[in-house]
Amino acid sequence: MLKRTALFSAHQKLGARLVDFGGWEMPVQYSSIVEEHLAVRQAAGIFDISHMGELTVSGPAACDFLNHVLTNDVSKLAEGQGHYTLLCNERGGVVDDLYVFRLSEEVYLLVINASRIEADVAWMKSQAGAFPRKDRLIVNDASENYSAVAVQGPKVTGFIGNCLQGQSQSGVRDVHVTELKKNEIGVFEFQGANVFASRTGYTSEDGFEIIGRADSIQTLWDELLAAGKPHGCLPCGLGARDTLRTEMCYPLYGHELDEETTPLEAGLGFFVAMDKSEFVGKSALVKQKQEGIRKKLVAFTMTGKTPPPRPHYDIWSTGEGYSKVGQVVSGTQSPSLNLGIGMGYVTPDLAKPKTELFIDVRGRRFPALAVSRPIYKKS
Amino acid sequence: MSNVPTDLKYAKSHEWVRITGDTAVIGITDHAQHELTDVVFVELPAAGRQVKAGEACAVVESVKTASDIYSPVGGEVVETNKAVADNPALVNTAPYGDGWFYKIKLTNPSDLDALLSPEAYSKQIGG
Repeated sequence: MLKRTALFSAHQKLGARLVDFGGWEMPVQYSSIVEEHLAVRQAAGIFDISHMGELTVSGPAACDFLNHVLTNDVSKLAEGQGHYTLLCNERGGVVDDLYVFRLSEEVYLLVINASRIEADVAWMKSQAGAFPRKDRLIVNDASENYSAVAVQGPKVTGFIGNCLQGQSQSGVRDVHVTELKKNEIGVFEFQGANVFASRTGYTSEDGFEIIGRADSIQTLWDELLAAGKPHGCLPCGLGARDTLRTEMCYPLYGHELDEETTPLEAGLGFFVAMDKSEFVGKSALVKQKQEGIRKKLVAFTMTGKTPPPRPHYDIWSTGEGYSKVGQVVSGTQSPSLNLGIGMGYVTPDLAKPKTELFIDVRGRRFPALAVSRPIYKKS
Repeated sequence: MSNVPTDLKYAKSHEWVRITGDTAVIGITDHAQHELTDVVFVELPAAGRQVKAGEACAVVESVKTASDIYSPVGGEVVETNKAVADNPALVNTAPYGDGWFYKIKLTNPSDLDALLSPEAYSKQIGG
């Protein structure tokens, strides 16, 4: 039995096509992936992201504990700030990638991947159990308590304030929702209950992610859709979410990331604070940095008109005759560029921009070119 | 509500066939293009290829997925639609017109007997 979010009946009413996504029955598209994608790039789109998990970590030792398990430096976050970070195992492999927000001095909110909730909770609890100040620390899985929506696109600030009125009460305090800066989070009153709103997203467009109780998010979904309609806001499914993030080369767990792949290989070294005194996976990552990585994430665009690249297609190179050099992990037709785009793992020398690659589609090799990230660069 | 023209024959796998003499034109139905949405690439069989009825001989790709197209009838491929290869969106905008896939010279006219009538196909897709 697939799990359903609080917005399931809203999706049905909108005529969404529903698919199994990591055990959740989620909308993949409402009208068309291309239309929804372009709405987000040019106007606005609203996504159900209730399947995402939420953990809270609180207590006097919360900051130190999170700095022990996460790669980025949590101590740099002021109240109301968040950042992207990774949860690594001892080998430096990625257990999950996530956003962590400092809600108050001793309370943190972690937004994690739906498919990784069980793995993350088990890992965090075992790490907390072995942590010296474990009695000053509470790790709580709040995923069941929360629903969430993302509202993304250049026109969002034109209407979000009609739905989320008033000023934030905690996190970043005393600001209107549109005054939140990138990566900031505030708590706002919405119809008698509190919701978290952060200026974050998975599209690279301006936008917000809002987390709250099921009934708040159900009402907010309807209100955002109504308020956004005159601005061209469309309900968007996971299909557009995937094309939008692929254009920006944002990783998706299970594609670019897994427990055998390190942040350095995935090109996420920026989010690993090597200057921290210690964290889980640090020694493996330091060693890898010294010895060099064996595989590296490459972003590529297809050359000319070709079938779209897809995950698991083989990557070939012309070096020393033709040879198989890696595999595609994400691939699609970019609606913004109208071109096949993708990412895959190859040896580091082949990941350099302008390297000629070939993608095997049903036994035929089509030319592609390694490019710098992101693939889609806004003009 | 999908369009199901009454002058065509249909395969359960959502291809249509238009017969002129011993030549059949093949494409995919309005229902199929609606289910696929946003067709971004069409791969057609080479002219001269012999295909059997029910054989996968073309591929239609949407943003999300690649789908095989099964030839509803067997014979020799005599012509392919260059326009649809150049502009795959024709499959969405004109599935029974400019969005056709290929023409085939029928080997066994009896292949047509196994196909669905417009009424039977409408029923299959819940129309």
